[in-house]
Amino acid sequence: MAAHSATPAGTDSPTATAPADGWSGVTQDWSSDQDAFKQVSSGKTMMWIFLLSDTFVFTCFLTAYMAVRMTATEPWPNTSEVFALTIAGQHMPLILIAIMTFVLISSSGTMAMAVNYGYRRERRKTAVLILTTALCGAAFVGMQVFEWGKLIEDGVRPWGNPMGAAQFGASFFMITGFHGLHVSIGVIYLCVIAWKVLRGNYERSGNYQNVEIAGLYWHFVDLVWVFIFAFFYLW
Amino acid sequence: MTQTQEQGQHHPISLYLKIWGLLFLLSTLSYLVDYYQFAGYLRWSLIIVFMLLKAGLIVAIFMHMAWERLAMVYAILLPPLCLLVLIGLMASEAGYIFDNRLLFFSQG
Repeated sequence: MAAHSATPAGTDSPTATAPADGWSGVTQDWSSDQDAFKQVSSGKTMMWIFLLSDTFVFTCFLTAYMAVRMTATEPWPNTSEVFALTIAGQHMPLILIAIMTFVLISSSGTMAMAVNYGYRRERRKTAVLILTTALCGAAFVGMQVFEWGKLIEDGVRPWGNPMGAAQFGASFFMITGFHGLHVSIGVIYLCVIAWKVLRGNYERSGNYQNVEIAGLYWHFVDLVWVFIFAFFYLW
Repeated sequence: MTQTQEQGQHHPISLYLKIWGLLFLLSTLSYLVDYYQFAGYLRWSLIIVFMLLKAGLIVAIFMHMAWERLAMVYAILLPPLCLLVLIGLMASEAGYIFDNRLLFFSQG
C-alpha cells in the first residue's frame, strides 16, 4: 500500500495525474525507479542514446582535425578554392558543398513532414515523403563520390597533397567518409521504413512512431553536416 | 498537456516549412561568409553563430526536443558538454606541439 500511495491513481482530475514540469518534474522523473523518461517509448529513447554516442564519435573526429590543423607547420589548403567548380564559365568557390548542404537540408524538411503525415495516418503521403528524403540522401552521396573523385584526381591522398599541409587529406577522407557512411546507411534505413509504411505495418499497429525514430536518425545526419560544413569547409 | 499525452507529435505543416525556409536562409548566409571572403574573428564568429542557430532549429523543432520532458532533454543535451573539456585540452596541447615543431624544425 505504501509503495503506491504517492501516485493518486484513483482520482479523475487531469491535473492530479499530469506529471510536474520544470525542475521538480526533472527530479520526479529521475527518482521514479526504472521509468525516468516519461511518455518516451524505449525505441525512441534508444535512438536518442545512440545519437548521443554518435555525437561523441563525430566530435572526436572533429577535435582530431582541429588538433592536426593547429599543429600543421605548412599552410592549410584553402578549402574555398579546393572545392571550387567552374560552371558555365563561371568560377564558383565552394559551390558543390553549398549545393550538398541545400540538398541535405531539404531532405530534413521532407522527413519532418513525413513524420507529421505519419501521425495523421496518411500512409501514401508519408511513404512518398520518406522516399523523397531517401532520394535526396542518395543524391548527396552521389555528389560526395564526385567530390572524392575530383580530389583524388587533384592528387589529394590521406598522407599528402600538392596544396599544403599533409594532414588535410586524412582529415577530409575520414570525416566526410564517416558522414557519407551514415547517409548511406540512412538511405537504406529509410527505404525499409517506407516499405513498412506502404505495406501497412504501422496502420495495423496504429503506431507510426517508427517513422519519427527514423526521422531522428536522419535529422542527426543533417545536424552533423551543419558542424562539418562550418568547421571543415568554411573555417 | 494534451499534446504530450497523445501518441506522437501534432504540429501544423506550416511550422516545418517555416523552419525549412529559415535553415535555407542561414545556409545561404554562411555560404556568403565564404563568398565575400570575410576573414579573422568576424568570419569565425559568423560561422559559429549561423552553425549554432541551424543546429538549434534542427534539434528543437525537427527532432521535437522542444516538446520533450525536461528529464529527457537534459539527459541528451548535457553530456556532450563534456566534449568542451576535450576540445579545450586538445587545443592547448596542439598549441604546445606547434611551438615545439617551430622550435625544432627551425634548428634544421
